[in-house]
Amino acid sequence: MSGFWGVCRAIVGREFLRFIHQRERFLAALVRPLVWLLVFAAGFRAALGLSIIPPYQTYITYETYIVPGLCAMVLLFNGMQSSLSLVYDREMGSMRLLLTSPFPRWWLLFCRLLGSTAISILQVYTFLAIAALFGITMPPLGYVAVLPGLVLGGLMLGALGLVLSSFIRQLENFAGVMNFVIFPMFFLSSALYPLWRMAESSPLLRDICALNPFTHAVELIRFLLYLQINWIALLWVIFSTLILGAIAVWGYDPARGLMKRKA
Amino acid sequence: MPEAISAQEATGGLSVRDLSFRYGAKTALDAVSLDVTPGCFCALLGPNGAGKSTLIALLTRLLVAPGGDIRIAGHDLRAAPRRALADLGVVFQQPTLDLNLTVRQNLAYFAALHGLPRAETPGRIDAALDRLGMRERADEKARALNGGHRRRMELARALLHDPKVLLLDEPTVGLDAAARQSITDHVHDLADQGLCVLWTTHLTDEVRDTDHLLVLHQGQILADGITGEIRGDTPLSDWFLSKTAVQA
Repeated sequence: MSGFWGVCRAIVGREFLRFIHQRERFLAALVRPLVWLLVFAAGFRAALGLSIIPPYQTYITYETYIVPGLCAMVLLFNGMQSSLSLVYDREMGSMRLLLTSPFPRWWLLFCRLLGSTAISILQVYTFLAIAALFGITMPPLGYVAVLPGLVLGGLMLGALGLVLSSFIRQLENFAGVMNFVIFPMFFLSSALYPLWRMAESSPLLRDICALNPFTHAVELIRFLLYLQINWIALLWVIFSTLILGAIAVWGYDPARGLMKRKA
Repeated sequence: MPEAISAQEATGGLSVRDLSFRYGAKTALDAVSLDVTPGCFCALLGPNGAGKSTLIALLTRLLVAPGGDIRIAGHDLRAAPRRALADLGVVFQQPTLDLNLTVRQNLAYFAALHGLPRAETPGRIDAALDRLGMRERADEKARALNGGHRRRMELARALLHDPKVLLLDEPTVGLDAAARQSITDHVHDLADQGLCVLWTTHLTDEVRDTDHLLVLHQGQILADGITGEIRGDTPLSDWFLSKTAVQA
């Protein structure tokens, strides 16, 4: 068993070393949600009136509303970034090294997922700290309670990235897929506006938002930040993680997927 | 019908039986069988597109063929992939180093991927680097090394877990003459010390007369034997050109 933990420690450690070497990536990942929080939210504060909806017990500012969505946005972008680096690794060959390890492939992929999730979470907490400096705070214990939600959300979005990376053959194809995945996922969710708002303009769009796993990751984070559990969101996120994880393992099965076509 | 794998073949070395692989409609390998015994340097010579890299991908389980048998040091790659891969060292054609990490960090990462005990890792890394005269470069970033040294480091890494079988996929691509010679000589020495080596190349000057030679062309084995006996009085490059040109 020690070998299993050793390989996991090495893969997660490598992710951290890569992260340390890519400080620009860290800054970029922080600037994105901060621009949304400090510029976009300020602009839309007046336009978007919010009623009191769970988990909130009082009127909240729009900035406070979008913080959970922006936390999930960090997880989403990082999950995609990680899968982009997997496609890069495959083209560069270092993926071969990982996959010729004698350990089971699902374990190697899970460790890789764990590594990228850990880095995402570090970024989320940095974002929450900066938001707090600007006076956008959550209940103190909420910062601790949200951790399992961030882990689950990170794993789910990382697994989505793994699925994409297993089916994308070349780096050049990635940009298009990012546009078809990131933007619809983000905008068709409760990250920027509550679902009842969406229902006012289109019940169909609201239903799509309600099915979007990203919505549930956002809601899971939102409720945990206020020390509550949204059970439907929790189950939906777990279910999506398992399904996406299974597809990723299938996609990386040496008998199909990954390297079936010559690079 | 594929031949049965004998008990002798099953104890060590590399055995392949009746291995075929297709990319869609294109046949990359067609019923390939080969044996490489321990202590043997086997050169797998083939022109570009012969199927060498596909064979390496199958031997390393990056791909899995629908049929055929692969045994690495006696372990069936299909039935016992963990044990088979644990006895396999690989140097891929594409560089697989993390250039931002030091030589030591790259090797330590690999050691963990192979489940080597943490306490043993530093000693193994030092020994592997010593063998290739690279100990003093251990704390430099891989990016700082030239092509020849990067290759040597990949070789050191492939030997870190004491594999019984070593695969090298065109390991001298992009190297200057001196670096090519050095790597080729070193791997021949490893074979002399008992390692089973499969070295793929399209360069005939890397093959010695005493080497086991396999010629792969259009997915099939064209020749299998001792190089000197196969080529007779004809220089290997001429012999190879004549064989592969006729079929082209």
